[in-house]
Amino acid sequence: MRRVTALVFIIVLAMVCSSFAGETFEAVKKRGQLIAGVNTGAPGFSMPDSQGNWSGLDVDVARAIATALLGDPTKVKFVPLTSQQRFTALQSGEVDVLCRQTTVTLSRDTSLGFEFAPVVYYDGQGIMVPADMGVKSARQLDNHTICMLPGTTTERNVADYFRSNGMKFKPVLIESKDELLNTFVAGRCDGITSDASTLAGMRAVTADPAKYVILPELISKEPLATAVRQGDPQWKDLVYWTVMALIEAEDLGITSKNVDEMLKSDDPNVQRFLGVTPGNGQALGVDEKWAYNIIKKIGNYAEIFDRNLGPSTPMKLDRNLNKLYKQGGLLYSPPFK
Amino acid sequence: MAERPIAFWRVPEVRAVIYQASALAALAALLAFLAYTAIDNLQKQNIATGFAFLWKESAFDIGETLIPYSPLNSYGRALLVGFLNTLKVAGLGIVLTVVLGTLLGIARLSRNGLVAGLAAGYVELIRNVPVLLQLFFWYALFRNLPGPVEALQPVSGVFLCNRGLMLPFPLLGTPELWVLASLPVIIGLWWWASRRTGARRELRGREGPGAWLVHLILPAGLLLVSLAVGASWHLDVPVLQGRNFRGGASLSPEFGTLLFGLVIYTGAFVAEIVRAGILSVDQGQIEAAKSIGLKGSHILRLVVLPQALRVIIPPLTSQMLNLTKNSSLAVAVGYPDLVSVANTTLNQTGQAIEGITIIMIVYLAFSLLTSAFMNWYNRRRTLRTSWRR
Repeated sequence: MRRVTALVFIIVLAMVCSSFAGETFEAVKKRGQLIAGVNTGAPGFSMPDSQGNWSGLDVDVARAIATALLGDPTKVKFVPLTSQQRFTALQSGEVDVLCRQTTVTLSRDTSLGFEFAPVVYYDGQGIMVPADMGVKSARQLDNHTICMLPGTTTERNVADYFRSNGMKFKPVLIESKDELLNTFVAGRCDGITSDASTLAGMRAVTADPAKYVILPELISKEPLATAVRQGDPQWKDLVYWTVMALIEAEDLGITSKNVDEMLKSDDPNVQRFLGVTPGNGQALGVDEKWAYNIIKKIGNYAEIFDRNLGPSTPMKLDRNLNKLYKQGGLLYSPPFK
Repeated sequence: MAERPIAFWRVPEVRAVIYQASALAALAALLAFLAYTAIDNLQKQNIATGFAFLWKESAFDIGETLIPYSPLNSYGRALLVGFLNTLKVAGLGIVLTVVLGTLLGIARLSRNGLVAGLAAGYVELIRNVPVLLQLFFWYALFRNLPGPVEALQPVSGVFLCNRGLMLPFPLLGTPELWVLASLPVIIGLWWWASRRTGARRELRGREGPGAWLVHLILPAGLLLVSLAVGASWHLDVPVLQGRNFRGGASLSPEFGTLLFGLVIYTGAFVAEIVRAGILSVDQGQIEAAKSIGLKGSHILRLVVLPQALRVIIPPLTSQMLNLTKNSSLAVAVGYPDLVSVANTTLNQTGQAIEGITIIMIVYLAFSLLTSAFMNWYNRRRTLRTSWRR
């Protein structure tokens, strides 16, 4: 009986694999629409408004991919996925690409049948405290109480951090996210810990966001990346270079506002990037104007960040690690040659 | 005509045994199949099995512990900490619930309309609101107390704030622990002596001279032992350090919430059980007690309650088990009970089956022990001349 079940499973798997191998690229092109898996609601990353229009960093990356292939940022269908649903949705072909705050880890890369495209946001676990406490660094939190959600790596990271700095703390673990935030706001705990971007989202929904600060220390590595299925190199290349195009444009100083002027630039790098000197588009199997379209219609990485997460938004996040390599960050694009 | 021997499968008794044996065998086979499949699948997915993780370093911290614990300790010790926390809230909760429930049950039968009405209102309100909501309510109340720096200080050394209730508590060094260890002996002595004076009173109809000395055994014994081993009973007063209190004893808001919520909720059910028990005592018993001139409180204590207990104890046992099992709602209000600690453990080790097994075994053992004790107590309380000769 188990042998039969195993056989059926293998056949189904083989069918699933064969129907997608090398075909996502063509399927999206033929369909004329990209299907992207996003978070069900994460401020600054993917959030629908009251009319059902999605916005956020992950949403803009998905729109950039659609623009590169189809020339139109509106040709995306967003599928909201919970953290439990996301991997199956990509594996089964329900979505073409996953733009859903997914941390790259070795085990996910090797065991899920995915390929991770470049990181779109370098996140890390942070600690948020009330501003009036006057604490400027996590090192000052000895003998304080920290609230967090149970059952994730959060608990371990924070215990490791305090231990390695020779400090003590009292954890309070609360299961629901809303109840956790209420408990923190009521002052039961001095600090609350989670991914820094999640903390910023929590802070944005409090009555007075200015009352809380996220401390500068990041105590874990959470590189959030887009992911695609294995087995379609052309599709993976397109997703990879689309994300890189956002970074390269910032590096070259190209924005949605000056992109038309930049077409006249003498810089050979800019000419190749914007398709004035053709070649890149053909290599990727898309229009030579693909990068021009992305920057014109979506903007470069800096514009996307500022619009969704930057100081002028409720998220009020610092670029931190998500600055260009020139400015001490981690964003770096290979040359577009 | 000679009787034909009946084939063995036609004998009802034999058939019953065969049916039961085959049902049992089928159940065993099903369980074996499930266990085999689970182990097989786990091995295929390279997921570790077995309980070796219990000896590994836990690397996470726990907010309140009855025994010393740090992230350097093992998962096994973390689970023990969680178990003791469950035991603390369940044990204290059961005692308080019985007291509260009994008082409420008696109050509901009071001839004073206000007392009876208030008790009835309490029972109806509390019984019909889900316990989880009540826990959230209490937690919202406790966590909105003033912060640690602005803590209320009703008596010097006692602090009440959103970090909990901090009390001065004696420092327990080796001599103090010796005194505590001698406590059972002193209590045993006291019990023996009071039985002897009691027996003498029954024999002579009055107390002997100096019978009151019996009541001095406990304080005098403690004093003597303390002096003998040099116990100082120095009080450790809580002090604010950082934004947490150090020293003394503390009751956290999470513990308070869970204890309060469970006692108040379960108390309403116990009140109804007590009321039913009292009503089950024949009216004639009370009239008879009145006719021999017993006063109200004596009627209740000597006539009604002993008989009511026979009706009360079995359903009371199941309420105690309910309270224990409901204590696993702790994770909703942040109290680190067994389930909360086991959840973290199984998330970090990935050994869900083992983690859940531990939780189930602990709750099962705890429930069976409670009900075994209550059954023993119940048997002692039943009439010696019952129908079961």
